[in-house]
Amino acid sequence: MVKVTIDGIEVEVEAGTTVLNAARKIGGDVVPPAMCYYSKLEGSGGKCRTCLVEVAAGSANDPRPMPKLVASCSTPVQDGMVIKNKTSEKVHVNRGAVTEFLLINHPLDCPICDQAGECHLQDLGFEHGASGTRYEEERRTFDPIDIGNKIKLHMNRCILCYRCVMVANQLTDKRVHGVLGRGDHAEISTYISNAIDNDFSGNMIDVCPVGALTDKTFRFKSRVWFLKPMEASRSCTKCAGKAVVWMFGEEIYRVTARKDKYGEVEDNDGKPAWICNDCRFDHKNVSDWNIEGPRKINRHSVISANHYEKANPLENNTKKIK
Amino acid sequence: MGRKLLLEHIDVPGIETFDVYRKNGGYRSVEKALKTMSPEDVVEEVKKANLKGRGGAGFPTGLKWSFLAKPEGVPRYLLCNADESEPGTFKDRYLMEKIPHLLIEGMIVSSYALGSNLSYIYIRGEYMWVLEILEKAIAEAYAKGFLGKNILGSGFDLDLRVAPGGGAYICGEETALIESLEGKRGNPRIKPPFPAVKGLWGCPTVVNNVESLATVVPIINDGAEEYTKLGTDASNGTKLISACGNVTRGGVYEIELGISVEEFIYGDEWCRGIANNKKIKALVPGGSSVPILPAHLITKTAAGENRLMSYESLADGGFASGSMLGSGGFIVFDEDQCIVRNTWNFARFYAHESCGQCSPCREGTGWMEKVLHRLENGKGNMRDIELLADINKKIEGNTICPLGDAAAWPVAAAIRHFREEFEWHVTHPEDAVKGNYGLLKGITV
Ligand SMILES: Cc1cc2nc3c(=O)[nH]c(=O)nc-3n(C[C@H](O)[C@H](O)[C@H](O)COP(=O)(O)O)c2cc1C
Ligand code: SF4
Ligand code: SF4
Ligand code: FES
Repeated sequence: MVKVTIDGIEVEVEAGTTVLNAARKIGGDVVPPAMCYYSKLEGSGGKCRTCLVEVAAGSANDPRPMPKLVASCSTPVQDGMVIKNKTSEKVHVNRGAVTEFLLINHPLDCPICDQAGECHLQDLGFEHGASGTRYEEERRTFDPIDIGNKIKLHMNRCILCYRCVMVANQLTDKRVHGVLGRGDHAEISTYISNAIDNDFSGNMIDVCPVGALTDKTFRFKSRVWFLKPMEASRSCTKCAGKAVVWMFGEEIYRVTARKDKYGEVEDNDGKPAWICNDCRFDHKNVSDWNIEGPRKINRHSVISANHYEKANPLENNTKKIK
Repeated sequence: MGRKLLLEHIDVPGIETFDVYRKNGGYRSVEKALKTMSPEDVVEEVKKANLKGRGGAGFPTGLKWSFLAKPEGVPRYLLCNADESEPGTFKDRYLMEKIPHLLIEGMIVSSYALGSNLSYIYIRGEYMWVLEILEKAIAEAYAKGFLGKNILGSGFDLDLRVAPGGGAYICGEETALIESLEGKRGNPRIKPPFPAVKGLWGCPTVVNNVESLATVVPIINDGAEEYTKLGTDASNGTKLISACGNVTRGGVYEIELGISVEEFIYGDEWCRGIANNKKIKALVPGGSSVPILPAHLITKTAAGENRLMSYESLADGGFASGSMLGSGGFIVFDEDQCIVRNTWNFARFYAHESCGQCSPCREGTGWMEKVLHRLENGKGNMRDIELLADINKKIEGNTICPLGDAAAWPVAAAIRHFREEFEWHVTHPEDAVKGNYGLLKGITV
């Protein structure tokens, strides 16, 4: 076990743990935002740079500060490391910069985007974004495309976190989509309009932090905040059948995996409870499901209680937690 | 004439063939290393020679080699980085094209030092004809027993292969190179782990530049002590410089590190001055990624000392008034040139070559390119200059690989030293469209 201090709070974690996961162990607002890291996907992280933190002391043996900010999701902790997240002015400035970069080409079409209300980019923009834009150039655009008959890709909204590519690589039989091109014209696409069609492809929608991949069976049906999330299960041969059904009155509008406060799918029996496409797309009758009770949605998403009221990035972190 | 270690025999007819190369002293270092030295001895010699990596970053080669992990039963790899795509840099191509056996010889000795039994030359995809030259030379070396099993009866086996690059500048970044060699998209990896621990196929790997590996040959032949007699205290030996732009005689030169910049630009042996009797305006001394120097900081440092062709002297003054030796891509600008146009040109390159993985580089390089394009075309305003300065500050240091920095530095330096040209483009929008600053300024300002 090694000891690391984050924003003045000490925590003990196993050697090899990343700074981000150490912060998650502490919880609360010392946790850096993570747009590309996803603990259940191997190799994820390092790309979006929203989780940058300052290393005020490298380790007990070598307590020098690091000159550059580091990506907390892919930096292992050292014993005696001192990290500044909320308490670092430099982090604040540069996270604002990353937010600006992620937004310059973003269409800002939240009013018509299905992800609105549970979008990580919205949260990031709210907490670290500026009120106006300095970007006067034309935004890059792509046409929305269908990838298979269940998923719609709005590339304009994509932040290239690569999570969906990893889902396809790690959960499905074969990956038929990936990143084409380079630079700000890199795009998620299928190879020669291939359809994505296999049992677990729908999980791409769940891991997408923005509204780039949306569920065609739910598109434009309702704003998420009008829906009631309920924990539900069914016996399924392909997956654990544990999901959240989003209801309006007596009707099920959509089905998603059960996600934790970081937007990651929860474990079931020690394994991530990814849901299959059968459960997600083809079982929308109340009689299909055993409805267990209301789902608590926390941290990110407007659905969680007063999230935006509490968030104050400038607030000095003088916590007394021990 | 300065002493040449790499290009000494470059003009000997047939030097690209094994026999002529051998007759001119070729492959002696292989014999010496394999027969009289242990791998550790070779590493030690390279360390003592204080060889700095010639690929751009100048990281000490011997030190890099000593970091290589050596777990039991796991293969190790040596990869030669011949992806050479930095604008202004074309020295590796020249070396491989003219004297391919020198690189092969350097790779045999280096592979022996590192314990690599399978090494690769990853060559820029646009250098297909050079790839053919290399393959021919490699076939000769196999036939003569310098490659393959039990080389010179030493018990050391080495296979050497050439792999064509994926056609992107980013594949020259060492971890992107490894990804590409593995057959994947050339995205740089997130470090740690470093290649010395986990590189090609997850095995310990060393990536070195063509020139670095070629330089191992004279180091082993003559010994580190002889080698370090050349150059300055901190920059030993010789360096290949590819000179281009508005010089009278561009080309690839091997210089002894430490000659003066003035001599290199104006000397008869080298560039022979600025073409068409123009005056020099600016210099990019080490490839497009390094800061540009204005005329008054080219032959003298800010402290008034002679500027030398060495790692330390070119960097003298830090980024405020210095630059870097980088990869040796020496680009000279005469008085007619427009710095804004050139900065935009470089920015366009980086925006095009960014792999797009991390947000500051992906979005920031594209943003800078667009703003610079507007400025160059007389559609900018004074705010844009501040904006550019701010964008590059926010890319720098925040990215996965150094391409982000490499894109930011030239813009920062151009604004630092040539702000009036940027402002002129704002105040003279019509002239800015008509022609370039250097040519028009005399008429309109
Ligand atoms: C974007 C980018 C492109 C690069 N391209 C090259 C290249 O074409 N050739 C090269 O030798 N090094 C290149 N490098 C540097 C390599 O990453 C690496 O540092 C070098 O090959 C190490 O060799 P050396 O230690 O012998 O210099 C590049 C680095 C970056 C970030
Ligand atoms: S489509 Fe979504 S999950 Fe896939 S890379 Fe883009 S933002 Fe990430
Ligand atoms: S800095 Fe640029 S080139 Fe390097 S990994 Fe990031 S996006 Fe790719
Ligand atoms: S979450 Fe760490 S870089 Fe994206």
